[in-house]
Amino acid sequence: MKEKFSTIKSTAVPLPNENVDTDQIIPARFLKATTREGFGENLFRDWRYDSNNQPIGDFVLNNTTYTGKVLVAGKNFGCGSSREHAAWALYDYGFRVVVSSFFADIFKNNALNNGLLPVVVSDEFLQTILKRISTNPSTPIIVDLENQTISFEEMEETFEINPYKKSCMINGYDDIDYLLSLKEDIQQFDLQQS
Amino acid sequence: MSKTLFDKIWDKHIVKHKEGHPDPLFIDRHFIHEVTSPQAFDGLKKRGIGVFNAQRTTATADHNVPTKDQHLPIKEALSRHQVETLRKNCKDFGVTLYDLGHPFQGIVHIIGPELGLTLPGMTIVCGDSHTSTHGAFGTIAFGIGTSEVEQVLATQCILQYKPKRMKIEINGRLSKGVLAKDIILYIISKISSSGATGYFVEYAGDTIENLSMEARMTICNMSIEMGARGGLIAPDQITFDYIKGKKFAPQGAELDKKIEQWKTLKSDKDAMFDKVLTFDATDIGPMITYGTNPGMGIKITDRIPTPEELKDISEQPSFIKSLNYMGLEPGSQLLGKHIDYVFIGSCTNARIEDLRLVASIVDGKKKAEGVEVWIVPGSKQVEDQARKEGLDKIFEAAGFELRSPGCSACLGMNEDKIPAGKYCISTSNRNFEGRQGPKSRTFLASPLSAAAAAITGRVTDVRELLTNEQLTIRN
Repeated sequence: MKEKFSTIKSTAVPLPNENVDTDQIIPARFLKATTREGFGENLFRDWRYDSNNQPIGDFVLNNTTYTGKVLVAGKNFGCGSSREHAAWALYDYGFRVVVSSFFADIFKNNALNNGLLPVVVSDEFLQTILKRISTNPSTPIIVDLENQTISFEEMEETFEINPYKKSCMINGYDDIDYLLSLKEDIQQFDLQQS
Repeated sequence: MSKTLFDKIWDKHIVKHKEGHPDPLFIDRHFIHEVTSPQAFDGLKKRGIGVFNAQRTTATADHNVPTKDQHLPIKEALSRHQVETLRKNCKDFGVTLYDLGHPFQGIVHIIGPELGLTLPGMTIVCGDSHTSTHGAFGTIAFGIGTSEVEQVLATQCILQYKPKRMKIEINGRLSKGVLAKDIILYIISKISSSGATGYFVEYAGDTIENLSMEARMTICNMSIEMGARGGLIAPDQITFDYIKGKKFAPQGAELDKKIEQWKTLKSDKDAMFDKVLTFDATDIGPMITYGTNPGMGIKITDRIPTPEELKDISEQPSFIKSLNYMGLEPGSQLLGKHIDYVFIGSCTNARIEDLRLVASIVDGKKKAEGVEVWIVPGSKQVEDQARKEGLDKIFEAAGFELRSPGCSACLGMNEDKIPAGKYCISTSNRNFEGRQGPKSRTFLASPLSAAAAAITGRVTDVRELLTNEQLTIRN
């Protein structure tokens, strides 16, 4: 049973970079752990810390002006490697929502499988929200999964999510629970394969 | 109704359709490795269940293994623990493991095909995005996350929605010195690193049909670099000839029977694709990337674009950031640019044909002074074959290091890292920031272009080094 996802009201962290790949989210050399926990420490490691492990001042996670459970990122977020550690790292750091105008496929699945909601918005909405957060970092963003809306102040947009994945997120179910209920059918199917 | 090859394989693997749920897609072959499997096995333990059908899963250690002294215990504690955890999990759950030192060990996407574990019409997954490689055999093969690895271990199925279908057709004769790697870098440079997101790609056309299996694997391997879930190629006589005699492939009459079935694995003539792209092979030259995603590629003889030349001006900030990282000037030429390292390896280009091509360029020559050259074969079998053919002698004489198999500097997870600020021309698949080591700078190119750079110490148009005989090499 995973944590259930309820409506999130939080300030947001802006990361306007496009094509943020999973190697940036969590570099390969930090993938050596055999558990799911603790990856948040190395989230965006090489953008966050210099070679002497000192925080890089102008990186957004080191800027205390910006905090919150929502990450707002440029298009094609999560491209590249399939490492689920990227979703774990974002979740472990404290993010529960990533907003972008475009997500890479595998990352999107990995996020949904780990209670991290990927919210796809229009390019326009993305630009507006990025601008608003930078001018007013205390702007609260509301993500309502039940009604599939994301809003701040007077702006609101609806977002798409697969109904099955939505129900899994809200109820804290995962795919294995469903697949195990089909066990006998799968066994039959397996036997018929040559 | 007419169907695409993708639909034919997909539809045959749906266990049971249930309204409101994604389809449970039965998985014929599951590959696992040390990095993305431990948490999945942990999940099984927590649920108190075993592996559904251990016969369908094969494991190897590749991502996080040293490429020197593989017979010794792994020095780095975390890496050692990760490989030991794989050993323990495979033993406890009854999964076959090709461990370090085993004659079948190697990069997971290289050993599957060479062992005959990858066969036409299969569904194949692995916790690695380059699983698309296996699509070269006419399979639905794609990368998955660790939760999905757990799903497949637990149920031999994965819940999926059908992606859209794209056809990429390439026709015409390839120019001299142009390899499969150049074809795929060319396509990605045209459609961008997200141009095929949401699609499964079928590669077709006479250029593809004339490629060897190893070259086809290079193409399918990089499907993910344009965002595609996977890419596949209809199997043909070249495929069947490759499979014949492979260790775990069907043999004799059984193989003949299979081949008859496999011959039906092609898209129907009037099958509908959601998108069709067509390219002319004669326009493709040796390619190289200049930026920090695989879509940022040019012909090796072209200039790097300027921000003003970008189609979408909103991409300018990312583009400038990328060139700053690479230490390159907009509008400048890469030809003649000094390089520090050459990496010939990875699931993209570390098969025997790749090593032969490299050897054909360097035979009798020496690497440029100050350049470090690592050749990391894709598997133990590739390494053994290279030694059998005497390629090791050619590499040694040239001052190249022939290492033991693994993913190595493709992702810099082990100690094979390119130092900060250094330029590496690499036959791998990703040029992301820090991919080959913190602050490393990567130029992606073909094995021929990498070999040429090793000799000259600079980004070089390989066609200048080819002899007349070599100019007729077709791959």
